[in-house]
Amino acid sequence: MNVALGSAALSFINANRLISLSAPDILIIAIYFVAVLGIGFYLKKFAGSSSEDFFMAGRDMSAWVAGLSFLSANLGALELMGWAAATYQYGILATHFYWIAAFPAMVFLGLVMMPFYYISNTHSVPGYLQLRYGEATRALSGISFAFMTVLMSGINMYAMALVMKVVLGWNIHFSIWVSSLTVAVYVTLGGLYSAIFNEVLQFFLIWLGALIIPVAGMIEAGGWSGLTARINQRVQGDYVHLWSTLGHFKDNPMGVHWTGIVFGLGGVIAFGYWTTDFLVVQRAMAAKDLRSAKMAPIIASYFKMIVPAIVILPGLLALGLLSFKLVPESAAGPGLHSYNEVLPLMLARYCGPGLLGLGVTALIAGFMSGMAGNVSAFATVWTYDIYRPYINKRGTDKHFLLVGRWSTILGVIASIGTAYLVTHFKSIMDYMQALVSFFIAPLFGTVILGMLWKKASPKGGFWGLLTGTLASVGMYTAVVVHPQWLRYVALSTDAKPMAENLYRALWSWIICVLVTIVVSLFTRQKSAAELKGLVYGYTEIPGDGDVPLYKRPLFWGVGVAILFAVLQFLFW
Amino acid sequence: MKHHHHQMLSVWFFIGVLLLIYGLIILTVSLMEYSHPAPVVLAGYHLNVWAGVVLTLFGLFYTIRFRPRPKRRDQGEQR
Repeated sequence: MNVALGSAALSFINANRLISLSAPDILIIAIYFVAVLGIGFYLKKFAGSSSEDFFMAGRDMSAWVAGLSFLSANLGALELMGWAAATYQYGILATHFYWIAAFPAMVFLGLVMMPFYYISNTHSVPGYLQLRYGEATRALSGISFAFMTVLMSGINMYAMALVMKVVLGWNIHFSIWVSSLTVAVYVTLGGLYSAIFNEVLQFFLIWLGALIIPVAGMIEAGGWSGLTARINQRVQGDYVHLWSTLGHFKDNPMGVHWTGIVFGLGGVIAFGYWTTDFLVVQRAMAAKDLRSAKMAPIIASYFKMIVPAIVILPGLLALGLLSFKLVPESAAGPGLHSYNEVLPLMLARYCGPGLLGLGVTALIAGFMSGMAGNVSAFATVWTYDIYRPYINKRGTDKHFLLVGRWSTILGVIASIGTAYLVTHFKSIMDYMQALVSFFIAPLFGTVILGMLWKKASPKGGFWGLLTGTLASVGMYTAVVVHPQWLRYVALSTDAKPMAENLYRALWSWIICVLVTIVVSLFTRQKSAAELKGLVYGYTEIPGDGDVPLYKRPLFWGVGVAILFAVLQFLFW
Repeated sequence: MKHHHHQMLSVWFFIGVLLLIYGLIILTVSLMEYSHPAPVVLAGYHLNVWAGVVLTLFGLFYTIRFRPRPKRRDQGEQR
């Protein structure tokens, strides 16, 4: 408490910001803006000839480009700052979201699901559902996706603007408008080409800008053993073990049980997010051939596995090294820093002029890659899955290209609106988790049954998805209205909101799957001819061809599994 | 990236150039303040000089490796 008060007094003197940027920092940030806009203008001529170029980047990306942009679209500002914040709150348990919640699903996407997406030659995940189940399912998933994407993009934007305000003293409206208009310009000009090019660029900036924290932090803390010793000294409870505290809800800071982590998070949420969220899947679908499309998520899974070095480790370092305590967003005020400021606080701790600019650029790049991902995916789904089937069926290719450009701008404006709306929400991360379980978890049930089970029928798919989504919204609302019902949703009254999200996702997925199966058995199923190229058993999946072992997706999939096992053992 | 119907600069070239510029800026700034570094934690390690060197070398490598060259038919694909 004394520490907190002390720092309150200190930053009162420090006016109302944490970091002052010097001229070189501003120069670096300005060059970044010039670069991303320049890329947009440069790529305009490549994206303007057909809608295929604009929405699918000409299906021309190499495995590496598709893979890095796949991950980069996922590394939004929320992802970076939010998980560093979550680590400060929950300790190393947050790493589960990068390990068990990432690689199994990403490898599964590459090896099992990508062939269906790629061979069906569709433009989007709702587009696949239309081919597999029919219009109703497409409409439901297309609309919920468009809604979710805009919300996510708005949350992302708000998160960034808030941190920029606290840390740099930038006006919140300035941050929101300047960065989102920049994204609007480069995506509108260069379409998915531009989004992907910039995402790869942003990938490098995020890494290089943030890498200083773990390097300097480990030197200061005296390595991993020094860090764990400091953390154990400073906080009660175990913040440094991944699995050993998950035997009971009460034993760990997250209030979660291992079944929730393994089945809810590693199973349903992870598979739902990585395999059906069109935001990331779109990047893999833009690959130049099937092998590259399969490799893209697998390449991304390696990098995902080391992202904790720049997100989780800074959170732990802050826990062990900062002389003051951070507080929840709701309690933050003059001199009290919120969890969400962990990453910028640690940047300010180690970075001198120039390097600080690079660090801030990394945060802005993270924000932009996440937003461009959302906006380009939104434009595609809006144009192909909402506008073309329901508003104007008979447009020319040129017309849809134009609609794509306008819907990019529309997406940005809707996100800006959302950013102003979410200012009322208390915890950004929990809200995001709630959203994911509303839409993504049941969607995974529908897609996976569609790909692997021939008997899943059009009506089954639709009603499964609808009841799964409604059940999820229902459970969420029920716990908000009657907090004591948490024990039914999360199986324990000791469960915390994070655990509730994991279980809610699991239940809504199970409901979706059961309803789909039951309805499918009693309604008309599609014939083998109709399902050709869409379902396992009716689809000829070409092999990887005559390529050496090190070019085979399976080889790299096994490799990342081994890396995962080693990491679990080390941090058990 | 395949360069079939049009000749597009490699994405790695853009990255190289940007990182090279950043490396040079950070290197210059950090060398100028070498004798009286900014009061950050671990200032004595001159981490910004190291970062500048790494960025410069990294950027230089990518810029040269993926610089625009006149296209030849037999030239293999560039990643």
